[in-house]
Amino acid sequence: MTDVTPELYLRVTQLLETYGRLIDEDRLEAWAELFTPDCRYEIISRENRDQGLPLSLMLCDSRDMLDDRIYSLRNANIFNIHSDCHVLGPARVEPDAAGLGVSAAYSLFQTNQGGETRLFSVGRYHFRLIERDGTLMIQSAQVVVDTGAILTLLATPI
Amino acid sequence: MSQAAEALSRYGFPEADCSRIPYGMYRDAEIYALEQERIFRGPVWNFVALEAEIPAPGDFRVVEIGDTPVIVNRAKDGAVHAMVNRCAHRGSILQRHLHGNTKVHTCCYHQWSFDLTGRLVGVPFQKGVAGVGGLPEDFDRACHGLKRLKVEILSGVIFASFSQEVAPLRDFLGPLFTQQVERLFAKPIRVLGYQRQRIFGNWKLYTDNLRDPNHGGLLHMFQIAFGIARLNATGGAKMDAEGKHNLSWAAQGGREPAEAGAASTAGYGDTGRGDQKIGLRDPSMLVYRKEFPDELTLAISSLFPGAALQQIGNTLAVRQIRTRSADEFEIVSTFFGYQDDDADMVRHRLRKANLAGPAGLVSMEDGEAVELVHRAIVRDAQEHSVVEFGGRGPIRDQDNLVSDVPMRGFWMHYCKLMGIETGAAEAAAQ
Repeated sequence: MTDVTPELYLRVTQLLETYGRLIDEDRLEAWAELFTPDCRYEIISRENRDQGLPLSLMLCDSRDMLDDRIYSLRNANIFNIHSDCHVLGPARVEPDAAGLGVSAAYSLFQTNQGGETRLFSVGRYHFRLIERDGTLMIQSAQVVVDTGAILTLLATPI
Repeated sequence: MSQAAEALSRYGFPEADCSRIPYGMYRDAEIYALEQERIFRGPVWNFVALEAEIPAPGDFRVVEIGDTPVIVNRAKDGAVHAMVNRCAHRGSILQRHLHGNTKVHTCCYHQWSFDLTGRLVGVPFQKGVAGVGGLPEDFDRACHGLKRLKVEILSGVIFASFSQEVAPLRDFLGPLFTQQVERLFAKPIRVLGYQRQRIFGNWKLYTDNLRDPNHGGLLHMFQIAFGIARLNATGGAKMDAEGKHNLSWAAQGGREPAEAGAASTAGYGDTGRGDQKIGLRDPSMLVYRKEFPDELTLAISSLFPGAALQQIGNTLAVRQIRTRSADEFEIVSTFFGYQDDDADMVRHRLRKANLAGPAGLVSMEDGEAVELVHRAIVRDAQEHSVVEFGGRGPIRDQDNLVSDVPMRGFWMHYCKLMGIETGAAEAAAQ
């Protein structure tokens, strides 16, 4: 991929919109379909990243691990009952020989059953996108959370 | 009646063995304030940092003991010092950075500076300008250093105490927990990173949780669903002589697989939690690579008052509880491996870290459980938690996981330090 055409920018924007919306709609299985089989999904605090420390908050280095995480959420884990609302900033798109580097700021609000909302997390997405059969897919997603002090717990993906 | 005595007299522990804990102890702001004085600043050793985090002279980290900000740093001569992170002039936060390297700590407010042992070494305009202004002639810098804490180090693990009367660290830990520290830190370590979690509940609900092996196989369904651990696994709880520290442990081996399989669903009744038969697509995360001379696969040493050393398989960490108020605390976890880990072992630890922490597949429920309790006990301060798994009476080591006796051990010591007499019901009956 070379130039960032308006068409390409629109496709990236649509992918980011889909990414956030599928989590917000609790369609995590469909969300995982946005990733390639050899994908990597990582949530890491800015604190660790800035110190060059490798520890994540959540790390799935394959689709299998990502699917396991979702399967566990559905069947095993107990966590705060909530809905998510992602608000994404504009994407920065940087093509290179291997694909696309895409980053965007996000805010993630969580709302409980009583309609009480809190700002749960802010940070930045760093995606590697590749084209597979005419579709843009996520090869890797690194979520760098500024909100490294996780409120209560971190169950559903960011 | 003093304010402290008045606060303490509000709640009664009806049973001498702490098998009833009044809800008010978790919600009262005055109790919380008293805990800072009598527990966190009392005759205890608080975990503050690892030597590996401040290897060079001048290295520092800012931490908290209870809710008091503390600087831990290494001085020029290599010695580790801990001081309250508060300028002796006007009480400002002195070191604003969480970590770094410095020759002196200089307050941004009026530029007073303190060396790495806490001595006041610099006061701008101490003599004023051209003989006008400045501090009085008899101002003695030696009397205006930082508040210093006692420091002791065991196997590279740094503990600090506000108390001059505290027992030596090894005596405070006792032989078992001294050995547990030495076990986990037998080799030079490498810090892999930090995790932080804010929980909106009382900190003692978390220390209770750490001392309640009974919840492990009931609340944390991941372990049950994927067959990692069950309440009928080989495990138990061991305490020090005072019952204040607790080692929750589980081991590989023990029961034959057939027996374990048959027993694995027993006891769960109709909870629907014993009969899960599901597997992971990628079970490599669950593999334990034996790395200790013993058979323990789980060893969590909860050290009074607010620290825990954690081995969950190959996931190694130290957790520190930092209190914010009666209604909020933070858990700061420092994950580590060993310097002789090869790249594959580091990767294994990083993947296995998915099991622990605020997003831990095994541990995320703890944050929710603490908040559920904290919300529900807002009223009825005289009503009680029931703590009877593993029996009543004397605090004893437990050879199984269906127990919350170590919780009572914590509370017995807590009450002793707080000056609470337990057993009001018995006293009233006599």
